[in-house]
Amino acid sequence: MSDLQEFQPVIVGFLCNWCSYRAADLAGTSRMGYPATLRDIRIMCTGRLDPAFVLKALRGGADGVLIMGCHPGQCHYEEGNYKALRRVALLKRTLAQLGVEPERVQLGWASAAEGVVFAEKVAEMTEQIRALGPLRWGGNLADKANGNGTLAGVAAMDEEVVS
Amino acid sequence: MAEEKVGVYICHCGHNIAGTVDVEAVAEWAKDLPNVEVSTDYKFMCSSLGQELVEEDIREKGLTRVVVAACSPHMHEPTFRKACERAGLNPYLFEMANIREHASWVHADDPDAATEKTKAIVAGAVSRVVHHEPLDTLVVPVNEKTMVVGGGIAGINTALEIANAGYPVVLVEREPSIGGHMAQFDKTFPTLDCSACILTPKMFDVGNHPNIELMTYSEVENVEGYVGNFTVTIRQKARKINIEDCTGCGDCWERCPKKVVDTDYEAGLGYRTAVYRPFPQAVPKYPVIDVETCIYYDTGKCRACEKFCPTGAINFEQEDEVVMTKVGNIVLATGYDLFDCRRIPQYGFGRLANVFSSLEFERMTNASGPTGGKIVLRDGVTEPESVAIIHCVGSRDKNYNEYCSGICCMAALKFAHLIHEKTNAEVYNCYIDMRSAFKDYEEFYNRLMEEGTHFIRGRVAEVTDAARMPGEEGKLIVQVEDTLIGKQRRVPVDMVILMAAMEPRWDSVEVSHQFGIGCSAAGFFTEKHPKLDPIATMSDGVFIAGVAQGPKDIPLTVGQGAAAAARVLTLITTGEVEMEPVRATIDEARCSGCRICNNLCPYGAIDFLEEEAVSRVNPALCKGCGTCVAACPSQIITGAHFSYEQIMAEIEGVLWDMGNGQLVPDAQPVTESA
Amino acid sequence: MPDDNGKYTYYPGCAAKGSSAAYEMSMLAVGEVLGMNFEEIDDWNCCGATEYFSINAIPAYSLVARNLALAEQMESDQLVASCSACFLNLNKTNKYMGKHPDLDQKVNRALAAGGLSYDGGLTVRHLLDVVVSDVDQELIAQKVTQPLSGLRVAPYYGCMVVRPDETFDNQEYPMTLDHLMATLGATVVDFPLKAHCCGGHMTQISEDVAFELIRRLLHNAAEYEADVIVTLCPMCQLNLDAYQNNVNRRFGTDYNLPVLYFTQLMGLAFGLDAKELGIGTEIVSANKALAKIGQVEEAPRKKPARRDKKALPMPGEM
Repeated sequence: MSDLQEFQPVIVGFLCNWCSYRAADLAGTSRMGYPATLRDIRIMCTGRLDPAFVLKALRGGADGVLIMGCHPGQCHYEEGNYKALRRVALLKRTLAQLGVEPERVQLGWASAAEGVVFAEKVAEMTEQIRALGPLRWGGNLADKANGNGTLAGVAAMDEEVVS
Repeated sequence: MAEEKVGVYICHCGHNIAGTVDVEAVAEWAKDLPNVEVSTDYKFMCSSLGQELVEEDIREKGLTRVVVAACSPHMHEPTFRKACERAGLNPYLFEMANIREHASWVHADDPDAATEKTKAIVAGAVSRVVHHEPLDTLVVPVNEKTMVVGGGIAGINTALEIANAGYPVVLVEREPSIGGHMAQFDKTFPTLDCSACILTPKMFDVGNHPNIELMTYSEVENVEGYVGNFTVTIRQKARKINIEDCTGCGDCWERCPKKVVDTDYEAGLGYRTAVYRPFPQAVPKYPVIDVETCIYYDTGKCRACEKFCPTGAINFEQEDEVVMTKVGNIVLATGYDLFDCRRIPQYGFGRLANVFSSLEFERMTNASGPTGGKIVLRDGVTEPESVAIIHCVGSRDKNYNEYCSGICCMAALKFAHLIHEKTNAEVYNCYIDMRSAFKDYEEFYNRLMEEGTHFIRGRVAEVTDAARMPGEEGKLIVQVEDTLIGKQRRVPVDMVILMAAMEPRWDSVEVSHQFGIGCSAAGFFTEKHPKLDPIATMSDGVFIAGVAQGPKDIPLTVGQGAAAAARVLTLITTGEVEMEPVRATIDEARCSGCRICNNLCPYGAIDFLEEEAVSRVNPALCKGCGTCVAACPSQIITGAHFSYEQIMAEIEGVLWDMGNGQLVPDAQPVTESA
Repeated sequence: MPDDNGKYTYYPGCAAKGSSAAYEMSMLAVGEVLGMNFEEIDDWNCCGATEYFSINAIPAYSLVARNLALAEQMESDQLVASCSACFLNLNKTNKYMGKHPDLDQKVNRALAAGGLSYDGGLTVRHLLDVVVSDVDQELIAQKVTQPLSGLRVAPYYGCMVVRPDETFDNQEYPMTLDHLMATLGATVVDFPLKAHCCGGHMTQISEDVAFELIRRLLHNAAEYEADVIVTLCPMCQLNLDAYQNNVNRRFGTDYNLPVLYFTQLMGLAFGLDAKELGIGTEIVSANKALAKIGQVEEAPRKKPARRDKKALPMPGEM
């Protein structure tokens, strides 16, 4: 794994169709620059966010997951974002027990008019994940042996496989 | 699953994508993705040639899935879905990869990173599309009745256009009469037509049209349903007058002893009685009793109107009526509120007597206004010898509203002209820029210059009565920087008119939530697309028109009113609308009846069937948010087009290069999607 | 917000110990009545007034920051200044050090030379802000034993107390001092130049400019038939009071308007002894004006003919 200074985080994004996805589109039409670290996936509403998606993303090699939806009170489907709020809160606690830093999974809000908010959030989270270092939870064991981003959970998996 | 044949098309979009992303390399690389049969790049996928390329490949190469990597799905997903359909492929077997708004346009400074991100997004789309299912749109009938909210010039126009086409309209207006702000104006620029003269015939038509049900003094309380099938609840507030008996004779308001300042129609410049008709040309012509100020409701005494009414139409006990009706489409044309000039204390509005707001001045110059059309000072008698008109009060101001209200420059010129016409006063227009953009506006500006109006280009710092020099005693002094001569000026005048901003209605955010649409940061309703679709909103079946969408003049408002009518008529005349098949379905065979999903649905679309002890989704009410899909502990709710398999596949796809360690194989869902 | 003991750290400024001793006297007297504790900073230094910042910024900020550093060591985190210029300098320095890390660094380096440092823990307030925002106005009304009825007061804020930070009052047309004076029972005069400049140090630099500015204020207050001008800044008080005769000579006018501090009027309304409040130290004597309290009925003002049938209603009228 390369020097941590050049570590480019990989963040998987879940954007809701009505607000944050359009905010990302607006950031695009306004030609706002932000780090190319976010790989986004469209869902209709953050209420669709199954915690399994977050786990899949982290295990699949993402260093962080960003979920963005409509502002509380403005969900296109009334309340989906409140459910996302509850699910993500519980999920973060669970992940923390598995050794994944809570900052790796973040929930944000951006309305369709807030391209700036979206771009700034991606930039901010990129730096935060960069500081945390790679997670590479489900990655190649050989990589882990180089001592990068090991966490209690991964170490436990290491033991399991080795033993 | 049978082997799928995926066609991948990477669009250049001219330079927009190809200028940053190495599209040829991506197309080449995509050939090796699983299930890809064809992978190519092309200059403009959305062009007819581009679409034909897709259609040909479907027919000739037997493609079963298509991925187009180009702009946002919000832009062209419908375009390519139609192309697939024409070639005989179900339109939902298509996926769009957004590599323009989400890659080339935002990572132009790092082409390598942009190309890598593009690959990830394309891989995600290819991985996902293989799991797509053919879906059929739900076709629902469209109720031919339309509800128009707001009876100003926009709403009136919309209502008339639809009604003239032969379809029923219910026009809901909050005030006791339709007409809106235009009914308050004196003359309209640039033709100086009398505002009431051009408006009242339309108001009359609305009042008498067989197809228009006019509900004034009414407000929408609730909206439910979806495009073509809304159920709306309207509260018709009690006028306290039985309109079947009322002849509009006027005895009641002539006898009413309680006089109050009319802050609505007269903009606070005149008076009305507690029982009143808003203005002589009001439609409908019936009066209304203002419960807040009526003596009877306060003390139980008076009842003069009741005594003098020749037909006994007064009914103090009349209650509000709540009406429910079904409509197919809704048009919001709720207009604007005027900026409250008291928010800028240094201009003295509300403190210095002879500072007037633009609406106050409209009422003043209006021949049927409180001064009979005479231009006078606050004492109601003295004619001013000099008037200053201040532009941009509350507009173009970081402290209040950043936007330009668009019409105030022209209205200010109109005022200047009227003052020249009716008095011998000197007129000073203090402006920042002169915005006279449209037909005949610039010519009107030239005319005003020829009439001898003094134009001072500068922002007014303050309006004060503190005289400092001879000639200022007893006057209002306008302190302004004249930027064209580079000097500070103190202009002593008798009267100041403030061109106040157009602001969204005080409850526009609440209303937008009620109708399921969005509001911009400033508070105006959000249109579907600012350039190409200023009439539609994010909610199908709800349209916006007039200043509710943003500041504009009367011609634009009228145009938008007609445009909204045209959109509605399209839906009505086709008679049906296709609804996206994005919705949830419960596999009842496997449902354990835990009912966790039941209370999660914000639309109450999930019913619990007692006998079978399973839950069922009502497809007509389901809007496809997916909240229940995520919540089902058995994972037996399918979210069409956003299913568990599809999204998991997409996640795998976007992380194609991260060496997905399969240390623990993915738990397979209990049910296979059919 | 102040702590429960109504404790404030007090920065007097040079004038408070000299030309505006009356301000400090009356402030302390009134503070006692209202249960406010002012703890003066030990070994405070001059704030640099208005000129230093334009000459050499870093030393100017450091000079002010020394006071902040000393104040930070005291009990309360609310630092109160009675002089508007001192308030502005302390507030500005506090805010800018917080906003600009390089300024913070440089200033703290300077402070370190004196064994001090400032961490940004203070909130800087003006005395008027504290009196109108922290003290319950009901309490003030209760303590009024001798309402100032009949006294026409022109509230003069000066230019610095509400600018550039709009914290406790409107920048263009502040009203808190007006309301306070009304609570004391005085007749508050609508004084449009209430937030206009008094000339400040221009009295030393360019008399022409300063005297004209002072003349405007006096003229306006006199026009509105004010008996007394009430102020909250020693500089404003000095300019309007000490230079009033100069202005009269220069312009051939005969203004005779006493200029008092708002705390002095508060003290009078609370029934305190005039001498205790420093009344009598002013150059334009306030005796005649103060004699009106309770003696004279409110002088009728030129009101615009409102009851007239023809007159149009004012905005906001019911």
